Amino acid sequence: MSAKEQKKAKRFGMVIDLDKCTGCGACMVACMAENNVPFKKDESNKLDSITWMRVFKLTNGKEYPDADVCYLPRPCQHCEGHDGHSPCVSVCPATATDYSRETGIVSQIYTRCFGCRYCMAACPYHARYFNWWDPVWPKGMEKMLSPDVSVRMRGIVEKCSFCFHRYQRAMDKAHLEGRRELAENEYQTACTQACPAGAITFGDLNNPGHAVYKLKQSPNAFRLLERLGTNTKVYYVSEREWVRRAGDNYLAHEKTGQVAAAH
Amino acid sequence: MKIDRRSFLSLGVGAGAGIALSPLPWKLTDDLSIWTQMWPWTPVPKDGEIRYVNSVSTLCRCGCGIKVRKVDDRAVKIEGQEGYPGSDGSACALCMSGIQRLYSPTAIRMPLKNTGTKDAPLWQSVTWDAAIREISEKLGKLRKEGKPQALACISGSDKGTVPALFRRFLQAYGSPNFMSMPSYEDAYEMTLKLMHGTDSAVGFDLENADYVISFGSGILEGWGSSVRMFKAKSAWKDKKVKTVQVDTRLSNSAAKADLWLAVKPGSESLLALGMAAVIISEKLYDKKFADQYTFAFDSWKDAEGKEHRGFKEFILENYSLSYVARATGIEESQIVKIAKEFAGASAPIALCGRGQGNTPGSVHEFMAVHALNALAGNINQKGGVWAMPKDDYIQWDEAATDGIAEKGLETPRIDGAGTEKYPLSKSLPHRLAAIINAAEKSPVEVLLVSGANPLYSLPDSRAVKKAFGRIPFIVSFASHMDETSEMADMILPCPSHLERYEDVPTPAGMIRKVTGLARPVVRPQYNRKNAGDSLILIAKALGGSIAGSFPWAAYEECLEKTFGDKWKTLKETGYITEDFSPPYWDAAFATPSKKFAFMSEVCAGAEKKGGTGAAKPEGEENTFPLLLIPFDSMRLACGPVAPTPFMMKTVSDHMLKGKYTVVEIHPETAQKYGLKEGKNAVLSTPKGEAEVKVHLSRRTAPGIVAMPRGLGHSGPDEYISGKGSNFNELIAAVEDPVSGLDAAWGIRAKLVKA
Repeated sequence: MSAKEQKKAKRFGMVIDLDKCTGCGACMVACMAENNVPFKKDESNKLDSITWMRVFKLTNGKEYPDADVCYLPRPCQHCEGHDGHSPCVSVCPATATDYSRETGIVSQIYTRCFGCRYCMAACPYHARYFNWWDPVWPKGMEKMLSPDVSVRMRGIVEKCSFCFHRYQRAMDKAHLEGRRELAENEYQTACTQACPAGAITFGDLNNPGHAVYKLKQSPNAFRLLERLGTNTKVYYVSEREWVRRAGDNYLAHEKTGQVAAAH
Repeated sequence: MKIDRRSFLSLGVGAGAGIALSPLPWKLTDDLSIWTQMWPWTPVPKDGEIRYVNSVSTLCRCGCGIKVRKVDDRAVKIEGQEGYPGSDGSACALCMSGIQRLYSPTAIRMPLKNTGTKDAPLWQSVTWDAAIREISEKLGKLRKEGKPQALACISGSDKGTVPALFRRFLQAYGSPNFMSMPSYEDAYEMTLKLMHGTDSAVGFDLENADYVISFGSGILEGWGSSVRMFKAKSAWKDKKVKTVQVDTRLSNSAAKADLWLAVKPGSESLLALGMAAVIISEKLYDKKFADQYTFAFDSWKDAEGKEHRGFKEFILENYSLSYVARATGIEESQIVKIAKEFAGASAPIALCGRGQGNTPGSVHEFMAVHALNALAGNINQKGGVWAMPKDDYIQWDEAATDGIAEKGLETPRIDGAGTEKYPLSKSLPHRLAAIINAAEKSPVEVLLVSGANPLYSLPDSRAVKKAFGRIPFIVSFASHMDETSEMADMILPCPSHLERYEDVPTPAGMIRKVTGLARPVVRPQYNRKNAGDSLILIAKALGGSIAGSFPWAAYEECLEKTFGDKWKTLKETGYITEDFSPPYWDAAFATPSKKFAFMSEVCAGAEKKGGTGAAKPEGEENTFPLLLIPFDSMRLACGPVAPTPFMMKTVSDHMLKGKYTVVEIHPETAQKYGLKEGKNAVLSTPKGEAEVKVHLSRRTAPGIVAMPRGLGHSGPDEYISGKGSNFNELIAAVEDPVSGLDAAWGIRAKLVKA
């Protein structure tokens, strides 16, 4: 990639305002419907429940009534690592997952995946899910499947793609109209669009014209397990110190936002 | 050439290295993974023309404006509809997963008749003609016997054309027993009746409020119009509007509020009255409003010279700071601070109705909270609470009644609403079960159920089940199997919410009138009829004045004629709105004094000195040492519609684990009763028991058991049924002495290691 092309490269990412997130689950449902995510009869065992977007609950550990909870939506963090060496991409023997230098999106190519699950072991965010069973839709409900996203089968790994098909659709439209650039609102993920509280903002982190560019610079912004050097593209914002501390492992004397990343 | 051992090995190593360096292994792995994924049972969704259709989803109580993405005639995704009043561009999780309901195999495809018993139903499909004939014969016989009042109806709502058609049917038939499922809106309606003297719906100008205090209302749990509340909450954060949540448990609303006041259970109204006392004693109330537009704020003398104590004196005498602090568990300084902040804000608003508001609650509690809005002078003002005129788009002629009907209509209502005991209430369906069970023969002989699932949603659902078992003939108008339909004798299937026309009336709490139109998004899949159509057919079969009261050929014609000139706009734009500006205080109240009434004569005597206004939870403390309170979640549907498979995926394993509901208890409580995290326990109340799992959490106070509502459905499919326990099986209604509405907010309970 030439220097000029590199400059033009996008780094799509998110900034999630944890003080606005209400934990309502609308993002999770929107994601499932958009991406043909399968469902089973019992989904209460969260170890085998496939949720590309999962909303975690954080607690401050304090005694009633000083207790506090905060919800943390966790899509794939689309790690850039060191020059595109995201943890999962580095270990995939089948090149089933790849880092796009054009968009910054970590892809997952289902037909290439043979289910070794190295990527799952490598992902520090538990963002990847394995299909232990063939998906089953109750009779008639397969009508709701979207042709934009392939249906996965038993034995492969899947994860959030930042609704890459929406990017493709938007780019197709732009190309037809003779454009090569997308406006900010032309490409938005399903979860961003669905969030009724407006907690999720999505856009190109490299583009100063996009809202995420400014939002990620907030002194209250942080990323998850930043010191692993995963260089993720999902930023979180919270005014609450205990929430920011929950984003990484801190020693008692360390303050958030002051510890340099490993890389 | 002779191949010796050395050259054989060299060749082998060379070939190995060569293959490894070539793309062959990688190509083979790739191909292998592709070949092994070509199974015929993995569906390949068909491509097609993509279109979007706007509609309104009727699954949640408020009605989310939706935009349905279609591929050919398949609906594949539901998103929020931009610009729809209230939900504007978003939808709740239930409405967003509505396609799973549309294509669910549990959809009822044809009229079904129960040829078995109520306990073990045997469903036989019948033709529409046969179903309508059988129902009309039953109804005709009942009328002939001179017992039209033995027909009752439970409707999910009392607004909109479908409930209005049912009400009309009962009117023409001769029964006063039309009931609608209860909600906090009923309690607000009564509060406005008593304090404003008007028959109105409550509206909240939330977007313009600059200080919000919620007395247990689940702002982020689905109270009011859920999506609008989420948007308002985010806007408050951006505008730095302070939000205070009064809640016993750290609900999501409490966690997201700027301040959480962890009150002792059941003392919410006491805190409101304590705040009122501070506002009055510090003279922080709106003097103009209090002096000129309220009645009996100060003590007064009637025409006979008898002294009556005013609200001011009543509050100051009975709700001293120390008493309120002790009773609520909130420090005195905190109460004073909040009261001062509230009174000092320019547009403060106080909200009421616990959780999602599925249980109405105590009218005194609502009045106490509404009194705060009045003290702040924030009634019918920008950023305040408004008394909204009710929807009036249904202007049909009065239903024709014959002699039999007139006689039937004169009989008192079975549920006691509007009778001498509860003159103010319109409908009290929670009283029905006990009345039926206590009677020798069920006073209800035919029950019509539409848009509701009373067997799941009414408190003490075991008693409701017993009562329904005693009703000789139940007709359920439903699109999918549910608990109530399972107990029915006949099911008349309705098209699903994405296959039919229906008006969606103004959602709760709106400050303008909004009428949405749910429309067919896909072609109807089965031979089903809108409840309105079924009712028109039954009316026509009954003939006489009943048929005469239903002049429409079909429901759609009724809908069209109801809206008249507006129908075309409604059909084109999907909704119509009408702005409303509330009248100023001089013309706002219709009480006998034409002023705002802090206290009502209806309540005289019902309120004791220093009373909390809240209902006393049922059960003896000795037998049931703990207090069970419910909590609501946006991830579970608590209304008549069961949660979808997608929603069940979002439910936390701190709410449901396998087939057990997970209850929250404080670690101290766990230790006291020998309970451990994740272990099973038996939760019992005076009404029933359930096996649950225990989660230790500091979100609840010691001595409390918090249980999620919306679980424990007995049907309709394996994704929903048998998962957890229904909270309504464990709680009983506690009648509010003023209104008769269900005011229960908790019940005494016992938790024992399983």
